[in-house]
Amino acid sequence: MSLDMSPAALTRAEPRLMRAEPLLTMRDISKTYGDVRALRHVDATVYPGEVMGIVGESGSGKSTLLRMMNLEDTPDSGDYSLRLPNREDGNLFDLTRYERRMLCARHIGIVYQNPHLGLLMKHSSSGNVAERLLIAGERSFDVLRAKAREALDASEFPLSRMDARPIELSGGMQQRVQLAKAIALEPALLLLDEPTTGLDVSVQALVLDTLKRLQRDRKITMVLVSHDLGVIRTMADRVMVMRHGEVVEQGLADQVFQDPQHPYTQQLVHAKL
Amino acid sequence: MNSTPLLRVDGLTKTFRMYHLDSMLHAFEGVSFDLFEGEFLLLRGHNGAGKSTLLRTIWRSYLPVGGHVWYRSNHGEIDLANAADVDIALLRREEIGFVTQFLNARPRVAAQDIVAEPLLLAGTSQAEALDQARHWLDQFGVRPELWRAYPSTFSGGEQQKVNLARALILPQKLLLLDEPTASLDVGARAALVRRLSDLKAQGVAIIGVFHHPGDVAQLIDREINLNTKVVADQSEEEENVAL
Repeated sequence: MSLDMSPAALTRAEPRLMRAEPLLTMRDISKTYGDVRALRHVDATVYPGEVMGIVGESGSGKSTLLRMMNLEDTPDSGDYSLRLPNREDGNLFDLTRYERRMLCARHIGIVYQNPHLGLLMKHSSSGNVAERLLIAGERSFDVLRAKAREALDASEFPLSRMDARPIELSGGMQQRVQLAKAIALEPALLLLDEPTTGLDVSVQALVLDTLKRLQRDRKITMVLVSHDLGVIRTMADRVMVMRHGEVVEQGLADQVFQDPQHPYTQQLVHAKL
Repeated sequence: MNSTPLLRVDGLTKTFRMYHLDSMLHAFEGVSFDLFEGEFLLLRGHNGAGKSTLLRTIWRSYLPVGGHVWYRSNHGEIDLANAADVDIALLRREEIGFVTQFLNARPRVAAQDIVAEPLLLAGTSQAEALDQARHWLDQFGVRPELWRAYPSTFSGGEQQKVNLARALILPQKLLLLDEPTASLDVGARAALVRRLSDLKAQGVAIIGVFHHPGDVAQLIDREINLNTKVVADQSEEEENVAL
């Protein structure tokens, strides 16, 4: 018996029971930096309320894809749409820089592996969260303070330290401030780029639990990039496996880890300690 | 009860392709059977006969290479063998449960929170979910002083009780059981049989693999022996089926 291992065979059927439309749809995204083909014809679909995990070795294109989702970069080709209330469909890559900034501020949150990318290290933690609210147009000091407090609390950040600067905080606390900033406006989509890498295991577990609770209670749709298969297995509903800028396999998280179909995915799963 | 099968497994085939060995492993080929609401089907067979693999293929953590698994869901009939991942995820949230012999829980989450989670996902209030979680932890014999502790520090038997409480707290239409009594003490086994009996009476269809089938002898309606390729009903009448 021979198995058809073509990408088409590995792409599952169209949904029949799921009544919701995808929140995020990316079609045929390609990007080249100099001689490096960072993304090759990538398709991605994420449904409301789910956690999509993206795994792959360094340089596989997973963080590049996440940056595209956050409209930080523009691909050489491809379409990107988000199904948002009061917004017409259209390729988000066609938006102006200002429009992208406003859309991201209101609808997309991101947590970077390196807090320096996501935070103003010498501003207070509450000020970092308030900055996101200011971009979205909030001006009342009392409202800013109250909303920052609420977001920090939801991220399980100790409120006694909300006026501390991130530079004075541990890595785990800095990630919580990033998370509070990312969720302050209740985004439709939360992007997480290696959010627990570099944290010790006990702090990692606490951050993952906070994320899971936020996803459960607020129904936030998440895209989680990690090279840590344990993190992805714990958190994700579905998984995309990337290699050399391509999606080589995608499926339900337990299926990808228990019955990987692609030789690279088998290699990846078997290499896990 | 509905006279149409809840599940129609038709010619289901599973093969594992192992690239690092450059080989194929044939787990089972052409398995076919029907399952009705409220029916309890036991899978028998020696180690490696494919019992757990068959369960996982229906659950879709293993991808079949041939055949169909027609399932009559609340949203309409669908072939689980070829359904979209998001449809499978939806059915797992709402209609189909799978109980293994291992607890796969996030670290640093209390036992009662692990058990309450399916109810919270289904929209039950926090207080009600925790009440029910504690009830089922109690039913399976987990001592109250452990309810707020992290299961990673529990014994294998205690972890399995938490696993069962979580898996069975929300009634499903179809329940897949992979050796759920392994490592359970007598009291917890009795609690499990009581719960399965209640679910069966409510119309839940069950397919199970048990190391000691005697534990659930009174619940079994039919069984498939994956060694002899025979399906038999409770009254020992046997008929050959395509396996």
